[in-house]
Amino acid sequence: MEAVTWIVLVIDATLRVSTPLILAAFAGMFAERSGVVDIGLEGKMLGAAFGAAAAAYVTGSPWIGLLAGIGTSVALAMIHAFACVTHKGNQVVSGMALNILVAGLGPVLSLAWFGQGGQTPMVSDAGRFRPLHFPFADRLADVPFLAQIYSEIVSGHNLIVYLALGMVPLAAWFIYKTRFGLRLRAVGEAPEAVDTAGISVAGMRYRAMVVCGILCGVAGTSLSIAQNALFVRDMTAGMGYLALAALIFGKWRPVPTLFACFLFAFADAVQARLQGVDIPGVGIIPVQAIQALPYLLTVLLLAGFVGKAVPPRASGVPYVKER
Amino acid sequence: MSGFGGPTQAPAWVTHGLVPLINLGLALLIAGIIIAAIGENPFEALKLLVLGAVGYPEAIGYTLYYTTNFVFTGLAVAIAFHCGLFNIGGEGQAYLGGLGAGLIGLYLGHWPAPVAIVLAIAAAMAFGAFWAFIPGWLQARRGSHIVITTIMFNFLAAALMTYLLVEVFIKPGQQAAESRTFEAGAWLPFVHDVLAGFGVDIGRSSLNLSVVVAAVCLVLFWFFVWRTRWGYEIRAVGLNESAAVYGGISPARAIMLAMAVSGGLAGLVGVNEIIGVHHRLLLEFTAGYGFVGIAVALMGRNHPVGILLAALLFGILYQGGSELAFDMPNVTRDMVVVLQGLVVLFSGALEHMFRARIERLFTRRARAVAEAA
Repeated sequence: MEAVTWIVLVIDATLRVSTPLILAAFAGMFAERSGVVDIGLEGKMLGAAFGAAAAAYVTGSPWIGLLAGIGTSVALAMIHAFACVTHKGNQVVSGMALNILVAGLGPVLSLAWFGQGGQTPMVSDAGRFRPLHFPFADRLADVPFLAQIYSEIVSGHNLIVYLALGMVPLAAWFIYKTRFGLRLRAVGEAPEAVDTAGISVAGMRYRAMVVCGILCGVAGTSLSIAQNALFVRDMTAGMGYLALAALIFGKWRPVPTLFACFLFAFADAVQARLQGVDIPGVGIIPVQAIQALPYLLTVLLLAGFVGKAVPPRASGVPYVKER
Repeated sequence: MSGFGGPTQAPAWVTHGLVPLINLGLALLIAGIIIAAIGENPFEALKLLVLGAVGYPEAIGYTLYYTTNFVFTGLAVAIAFHCGLFNIGGEGQAYLGGLGAGLIGLYLGHWPAPVAIVLAIAAAMAFGAFWAFIPGWLQARRGSHIVITTIMFNFLAAALMTYLLVEVFIKPGQQAAESRTFEAGAWLPFVHDVLAGFGVDIGRSSLNLSVVVAAVCLVLFWFFVWRTRWGYEIRAVGLNESAAVYGGISPARAIMLAMAVSGGLAGLVGVNEIIGVHHRLLLEFTAGYGFVGIAVALMGRNHPVGILLAALLFGILYQGGSELAFDMPNVTRDMVVVLQGLVVLFSGALEHMFRARIERLFTRRARAVAEAA
């Protein structure tokens, strides 16, 4: 019975950790599928986490927090698009610039506005996305197995967790089954063809960056006012880069990316539970080894040692119209 | 990515002087607006910052100590840029460089000072170079994108160092994840101690003889990039890979060489920090210096003179920024990080916004003058 509880708890933690990861990875998917490399996922998430926590603290409403988070993130995405699409700047440099900028600006503004040393004050429960409890979940909590799965895994998460999981099929449908999606993929593979068809390459890439901004905004919001109750400096702690790794690991495709996110989140959940645990026949696995696993796997994949990841052909290349 | 440091028709003082200054001015302007927006006087802040950085001898020492780090990481990013590569892994390479220096400090610290120190410097460069060579090799031979791989290697370095410090090097009976202090043989002397030997008193600071290493690196960098065949090959690959192939150059070799040199330079941050200041291994001593290198290389246009000036500027900002917080509690070192981000944005990502326009202005005038003559 203890094993079942253990598994249930790990899956529960996996779902929680994977939420911002899935949102950010899909944000990156929209950007990179349109041909814009975005290593600024980290900065956009961090910016959104700050915006959401600040707004939710002031207004006491998680919805206004969510809007502020999305607004901050989209604004940053637009700077990225302005630099990379309009001015054909280096996309990696631009993403890095935004990451550094936000890492400084969040603490500066928190200190100036709230005077609490680089973080926002605690957001009240009313201002947060609280876990939703489905009917009968509490009453079934002690009944083993199926009921336990229902009450711990299906029920009891905050709204953004369900939102993120619901977004995945929607995004997949969007990318593969709609006109927007077809053009999005085309503009990342063969922008000259899209241009010939009379569709604006820059326009498509701007639109893709708006979607990227929205998704990163939700991801950052989930960090600061759903999983936590405040913004602290550097609270994304590399999650944006991990999302990038998941996107590459998923070969820029929705379903594999989703599973990559689950895998990385699962590694994190297991890692937290294996600290100092002596596994028979294996011994104590160092926590850091499990933490390093997603990065190591991504390096191996990129190097073609485990499968092959081929990015969209035009990603990273500013489009210059033929004269 | 070959746009970095590419040749232009505009006069050199425009490309290397005016344009970086305009970009810096713009970054300062926006930072000033932010400072004004949070209710402080930006001019007062600037004055306090400069005073805090160069106003008294100790401050100058600390400014130069930061500058030393930024010269190393700036040169590291620049050599990769010359090859058309973006090395974001300076942070991890510096971390590993510290490990190399620290291993010598821990195990050979009882050796006579000059030998142990030279070994520590060599080890720092070797470890940093190794950590950058692998991504370089993966890019050259397996086609994995250098940006992603170096990002991943930053995280791998962090995990490795945490493991080593928590499980292996930690001083017994202590909570903090730090090693024991090295024997004095592996201490790189402080500049104030050296000068005190000559009867000169400059006040105590973290400035150590790494600053001399940095000066040597600046000169060697110039020689390596513009006066050796290796440097020529690296620049040729960076400017036009297919042309380089026609010239009989192996791009793969140039890429691996550039990355190894880049990592070696970044590794020297470990010398300044580990055997120069802390004299023990500890966590997160790199403190973002690797990322500052990106701003320094972009501002300094990948040239040693520019990099020295940009590194000095960031040295002033780092030292002055930490002093600033005493007088203006609302303006902390984080404000310097904001400025750093703005510098990377304007002189890197938005370089075409002004550069092309300004340079066109001057090329047109130069051409007009030439035609009139």
